[in-house]
Amino acid sequence: MDALLALVIGVLTAAGVFLALRPRTFPVVLGLTFLSYAVNLFLFAMGRLAVGVPPIISEAAAGYTDPLPQALVLTAIVISFGMTAFVIVLALKARAELGNDHVDGLEHETDRHA
Amino acid sequence: MTTLFLAVLLPFAGAALIAWIARFGRSATAWAAGTITLGSLALLAPLSPLPFAGETVIRQMDWMPALGLNLAFRFDGLALLFAGLILGIGLLIVLYARYYLSARDSMGRFYAYLMLFMGSMLGIVLSENLIQLLIFWELTSLSSFLLISYWQHREEARHGARMALAVTGMGGFALLGGVLLLGHIVGSYELSDVFASADLIRAHPLYVPTLVLILLGVFTKSAQFPFHFWLPHAMAAPTPVSAYLHSATMVKAGVFLLARLYPALSGTPEWFWLVSGAGLATLLLGAYVALFKHDLKGLLAYSTISHLGLITLLFGLSTPLAAVAGVFHIINHATFKASLFMAAGIIDHEAGTRDMRRLSGLWRFMPYTATLAMVAAAAMAGVPLLNGFLSKEMFFAEAVHIGQGHVGGWLLPVLVTLAGAFAVAYSIRFIHDVFFNGEPGDLPRTPHEPPRWMKLPVEILVVLCLAVGVAPGLMVGPLLATAASSTLQAALPEYHLALWHGFNAALAMSALALVLGSFIYLARRPLMAWHERTLDRLDARVPFNAVLNALLALAGWITRTLDTGSLQRQAGLLILAALVLAGTPWLLGDTPLTGTRRGLPLDAVSLAAALVLVGATLLTVRWRSERFVALIALGVVGLVVSLTFIKFSAPDLALTQLSVEIVTLILLLLALFFLPACDEAESGRSRIVRDAALALVAGGGAAALAWAVLTRPYDTIAGFFLENSKPGGGGTNVVNVILVDFRGYDTLGEITVLALAALGIFAMLQNLNLPAPTRDSTGRVWDSDAHPAIMATLTRLLLPLALLVAVFILLRGHNQPGGGFIAGLITAVALIVQYLANGAVWAHQRMSADSHLLLLWGLGIATLTGLGSWAFGHPFLTSTFGYVHWPLVGKFELASAMAFDLGVFLVVVGATLMILTGLGAVHRPEPRKGSH
Repeated sequence: MDALLALVIGVLTAAGVFLALRPRTFPVVLGLTFLSYAVNLFLFAMGRLAVGVPPIISEAAAGYTDPLPQALVLTAIVISFGMTAFVIVLALKARAELGNDHVDGLEHETDRHA
Repeated sequence: MTTLFLAVLLPFAGAALIAWIARFGRSATAWAAGTITLGSLALLAPLSPLPFAGETVIRQMDWMPALGLNLAFRFDGLALLFAGLILGIGLLIVLYARYYLSARDSMGRFYAYLMLFMGSMLGIVLSENLIQLLIFWELTSLSSFLLISYWQHREEARHGARMALAVTGMGGFALLGGVLLLGHIVGSYELSDVFASADLIRAHPLYVPTLVLILLGVFTKSAQFPFHFWLPHAMAAPTPVSAYLHSATMVKAGVFLLARLYPALSGTPEWFWLVSGAGLATLLLGAYVALFKHDLKGLLAYSTISHLGLITLLFGLSTPLAAVAGVFHIINHATFKASLFMAAGIIDHEAGTRDMRRLSGLWRFMPYTATLAMVAAAAMAGVPLLNGFLSKEMFFAEAVHIGQGHVGGWLLPVLVTLAGAFAVAYSIRFIHDVFFNGEPGDLPRTPHEPPRWMKLPVEILVVLCLAVGVAPGLMVGPLLATAASSTLQAALPEYHLALWHGFNAALAMSALALVLGSFIYLARRPLMAWHERTLDRLDARVPFNAVLNALLALAGWITRTLDTGSLQRQAGLLILAALVLAGTPWLLGDTPLTGTRRGLPLDAVSLAAALVLVGATLLTVRWRSERFVALIALGVVGLVVSLTFIKFSAPDLALTQLSVEIVTLILLLLALFFLPACDEAESGRSRIVRDAALALVAGGGAAALAWAVLTRPYDTIAGFFLENSKPGGGGTNVVNVILVDFRGYDTLGEITVLALAALGIFAMLQNLNLPAPTRDSTGRVWDSDAHPAIMATLTRLLLPLALLVAVFILLRGHNQPGGGFIAGLITAVALIVQYLANGAVWAHQRMSADSHLLLLWGLGIATLTGLGSWAFGHPFLTSTFGYVHWPLVGKFELASAMAFDLGVFLVVVGATLMILTGLGAVHRPEPRKGSH
């Protein structure tokens, strides 16, 4: 199970990095979202994996998983929403001001830097 | 404590005050500056008897104790002497500048800078902590930059200021290194500890690097060879600034530090050769060049360099008597040099030029000023009955004493006599060329005596030169004794302050210097011709500018190479750098990838979910140019991530992720409306291969890292939270209690960030004009029925239900999964859906809640909850809770953290609404024309 989660984190990271390097704004935003998933899962995994032991105090509980990474990740999820929103609106603004959706704000005739 | 601290703080506070007072007129500004200077003097005055009684006043205040940084002030003899010079001469400068500056010059700016500089200098001399000293040291560099470039419209002022800042800034950087090394050796940055560890420092293997770095700081500040070249260019400053910076302050900061660290660093061969070598070279060079400068201030500038060399040389000689002479010469040089600069300023002011080739015969026009200048210049030349003579005699005597019994020991006395002769020659030139030497040529103005109050500072200083010269024991005996003994940190050597010491070698050298100097002056014309043909062509500015330009070119080249204006390239380089930095130690080390911890067994459902996630991820990447498809696939990924949280015992995270997922998707859908639906043809194949390789390595690295962590056991502080959640925080949902109680301060920060992001988005959306397409990417016209009836009706019915759920989630959050974040997101979704289904106009009419107010209330409530605990004498955000019994409901808990959670809730609702409704409102129903 742990290996599976590590693999998932790796796939999400790879997709995030690849999309973040694209020349158009929308895929870059998607890439940042993927990176948020990866980072949040990674932080969450720092508390190690445990099934059926939520950190809610009760008489009947068999045990508790580590609540600290969860608290960190919870705010991180909300903040990454704020970041995604900011970036996408920035992209819209750039398109309105510059007339295109290239990350450099310039239409390259061909991709000369390739 | 407070007296020393306030004395340093007062000029800084005063600078701001003066900038404001400047509107009330020129005299008011000068009065304010004078009052502030007097204020600092008055604060220090009650303490001044203590150093005379042999006491050292040390006052400390914790600042950053964990880093060993304290606000620590020291008031001993040396500090007393320097503080007296800084404030005393500062007061005279304030008076002088009032009459020197013209009506066009901004008084407020001048005096504000001057006060900043004065405060920084006071900070240096009163510091006990070396790091604190260094901060003030840098402040003097910065404020002197402002003072030198005061006449910003003049190019030479800007260049001079930049050069001074570059050279002293570089020295300050070296000094930082030296001080850190010193702190490393001693284990403390307090001067008292440094003095106590003197033997340890001198024996330490790092002694030489420490010494060299500190001396670099000292030499650049005190304009010692080969860093002397900035000082003449700093003469572009207004004369009051020059008089202040180059007599009692700025350049004296260097020799002050030399004196300050003398007990800790001196007495080694390295110290002797480095310090006295630089001092001797500077002494000779300055004295020689000064003779050939035609500008009055240029002559004084090189003379200053020369005298600083003399002081440095004295400290370098490392004998107690030489150090006493060094301190004595600091006092004398400050008095006669300040008065000479002021006299030069008066001549410039009243005659319109400082060029000695044009000035002559001014005696007829300003005999009074001429007399004052003659006395001060005589002191500079070392003529008996004046203060300069006394310290120079001590200096000559020490030079002879050091040379005795050494091979080539005669060389030092010969060289210093030669320097003395040049000092005599340039002093004669200063007087003879300006006040005599025939009739005045065509001067820009008809010279006359300056205003009464402009002369007063010069008079005071000249009287002091004379008084000290005639009765040294009476005038400065005690001051010199206390300053010298705190410099040495040891018993004073036997010395005798008197005008007459009998016929001895020093007297002979003085006489020889006077005679030789007169001859040099008489032979000045052939000497000048020779100098102009040869040495004058050497200009330190040329190599300095070459080095500076080369550095700038290098920086430009690096910037241009790394930054081609392509974000893709930048991001790629960043990721590559991160991979190299993270990967190298791992590949070089021999840590095994897999640890000892056993993981959970794999089950089929998890495997299937993972496959769905990976599949959806690949789909997003593959169909990234079909943006709508990619977005749907992204939603699937988000859902599986939520499921992952549920699976691994994180119900709060699952709820948050799920609701965030919904708002994110709505957001991206809205945005997609304004973006091209499809990507245009993408970059070349090689780029894709390269990015894919980077992505695979990054993904592999992240997976390996996650695996390495997951297979290792770990220690956690979770136990504390689990144990204290209920008894301490009053809630059973530990995650929520951490958020609103244990780490409430962090959460307050987080919601502030969220509110800021929303406001930033709001600002960006103002006046945003985007073409709204009327057709989709395949050319089909959008459905005209924007608000289908069934959806509209259903969402209206769902709204109260959704709000009820949100309230429930909010209230139970402290004990069961839920809380402000999740409830806020649910509420926001419920409201947003109304906008989507019924249209913005409809929704706006029915919902009066302003999202700005929501943010304000949310942050306000959260902050007030935190502040509330102060009222009960607890730290910020201490939470409390209690139980009430309500009829029907039964026992019900009330916690202050719930109010805090309400703040979180309001911020989340406000921010989400602000973002989504703002984005939705960009598109207005009326059709747009053109632009696409």
